[in-house]
Amino acid sequence: MDGTRGDGHASAEVTSVPRRIEVRGLSKVFGADVAQALSLRRQGLSKSEIIERIGAVVAVDEVSFSVDAGEIFVVMGLSGSGKSTLVRCLNRLQEPTAGRIEIDGEDIVAATEERLRALRLEKITMVFQHFALLPHRTVAENVEYGLKMRGLAKAERRAKALKTLESVGLASWADRHPADLSGGMQQRVGLARALALDPEILLMDEPFSALDPLIRRDMQAELLELQRRYRTTIIFITHDLNEALTLGHQVAVMKDGRFAQVGRPADIVLNPADDYVAAFTRDIDRGRALPVRAAIRQPGSAGAGAVLPEGAVSIEGGQPLHEVFALASGPAPVVVVDAEGRVEGTISAADVTALLAGNPQQGRS
Amino acid sequence: MATEVFDQLRAAADAVRPSSYRILPLDDWIEAVVKDWFVPTLRPIFRALQWPIAQVLDGLQSVLLAIPFAVVVIIAVLAAWRAAGRGIAIITFVSLFLLDWIGLWRETMITLAMIVTAVAFCIVVGIPLGIAAARSNRTAAVFRPILDVMQTIPSFVYLVPIVMLFGVGMVPAVIATIVFALPPLVRLTNLGIRQVQGELVEAGRAFGSTPRQILWEIQLPLALRTIMTGVNQTLMLALSMTVIGALIGAGGLGLVVYTGLGRLDVGYASIGGLGIVLLAIILDRITQAMGDGDNARRRKAGRTAGERTPDAVAGEAA
Repeated sequence: MDGTRGDGHASAEVTSVPRRIEVRGLSKVFGADVAQALSLRRQGLSKSEIIERIGAVVAVDEVSFSVDAGEIFVVMGLSGSGKSTLVRCLNRLQEPTAGRIEIDGEDIVAATEERLRALRLEKITMVFQHFALLPHRTVAENVEYGLKMRGLAKAERRAKALKTLESVGLASWADRHPADLSGGMQQRVGLARALALDPEILLMDEPFSALDPLIRRDMQAELLELQRRYRTTIIFITHDLNEALTLGHQVAVMKDGRFAQVGRPADIVLNPADDYVAAFTRDIDRGRALPVRAAIRQPGSAGAGAVLPEGAVSIEGGQPLHEVFALASGPAPVVVVDAEGRVEGTISAADVTALLAGNPQQGRS
Repeated sequence: MATEVFDQLRAAADAVRPSSYRILPLDDWIEAVVKDWFVPTLRPIFRALQWPIAQVLDGLQSVLLAIPFAVVVIIAVLAAWRAAGRGIAIITFVSLFLLDWIGLWRETMITLAMIVTAVAFCIVVGIPLGIAAARSNRTAAVFRPILDVMQTIPSFVYLVPIVMLFGVGMVPAVIATIVFALPPLVRLTNLGIRQVQGELVEAGRAFGSTPRQILWEIQLPLALRTIMTGVNQTLMLALSMTVIGALIGAGGLGLVVYTGLGRLDVGYASIGGLGIVLLAIILDRITQAMGDGDNARRRKAGRTAGERTPDAVAGEAA
């Protein structure tokens, strides 16, 4: 889609993957007495106690994390956990109270208004929960919005908008108004508006929460497809753990402004850090959330890197667990291989069943 | 006996009334301040304010009076048709025809020039003030009591300072009309901008817009309908000032009513009143339709396309 992204990716492969976003000790307090609110929080008072005592809301509380280029980082939390505020700090729609945010080594907290506007047009764009499309503009004009802010000429931005609309399957709707579209289509327009700027980083604030479950699943698949194609770094906010586990390379579970746990989806499911996280993982669909390799009982039992045993069927270890049901219930042994075809281990139907049933013995530590 | 006691009680009661001793000369003081300081000091400023209004009013009035009756009617009917449809166009035609038939064409054009001038200046002043109020709660808090005062003071009361500062005539009457008709436009502009969804403004910021770009690209277009309601309200208030304006030297339909009243000429006063009502109906309907027009057109476009365009149907099915 553009040269710069391709180059960035190429260099990423040569060296280790660069840290794209680095957040250290980020806090955001709403209210008059910010310093006192933070110090009370440090003394161990809960968020609601501080609201009661001095009326200040500690929305984000000393959060630290880093996101690699091309990664999907999902922040999952219930409403009021501070996740929307957190994501708005990253492009400074909200001013952080304390902490550091670095994007490709640039200090975002210290950026001037002018630099921020440039960043929002060149690098970090956003998709909103309720789409936030302009009702008085056509679909194409909505997609053109950021390009117009960049100062592109009418014909140029129209061409770019149509191209982007095509990639989300809405090219024929370009000259209609958002009100003529269904919710899922409107959010595709919201996504196209962000993608039209060729962003390196996409902030998505509960983008699929307002959609029907079936549409949501389609949109998730489509997002993964787009992400694979463009290698965009995505910060994705959701209140749905299943969605978080489906999309995220890393998942952070947020509670009262803090991260209760950050980890790969399988870690969250198999080793929840506390009762709060465990309460969420009880309801999730393990067949979709866990990779096949989580069911391996004896790693490398067939010999790592060895050739496949006679008559065995193989499956790639990163596939979701439910992909292996049919294979594992057959007579042949199932061998898990990595992306390059090297053997990682074997699994049996019993391993898969035990893992699905949530037997902790079965989990990889 | 009883009345004696009553008189004594009453005298005792009156003893605590300050007016029994002296009347506070507040009126003299106000007169002294206004006449000796306010008017001489500020007159140059107010004279300067008067100038642009006089230019617009004179220009508009001579244009309206110079255009032949038939041309005015055709333009007005076409404008009504485009903005509001056939029904309003017919009403406009009948009203204008009647206004000329009862012999008030010239007066109608004079009043129209005054109203349009007053509303034009209200728009130039009121919309920026409304935008300022929408952008800052402090500004809004300062404006609110001022607007309340402007709306609640009976218009007769501020005719006095206006006459002292601007003299009598058409322009002072237009100025009185502006003061009287301005508040709803400021209020509704403020309201309209504040009603724009927060997420849309946030999206504007997230896509690198400056506050000015957010105003022009997002807030004003979405507030347009509410602002047009404000323009409509301002117009109606301006029309209601035409008779009061005649007290300080305005001409037109207001003067017809005022003269009729003075002479106890019921018929003459009534046709003046009728003229104002007819003009009000035309202007009200056209401006209201302009406010709704944008949305109505869009709804209509969406519906017809949804029914007729095959690719839309296919898209919906998919």
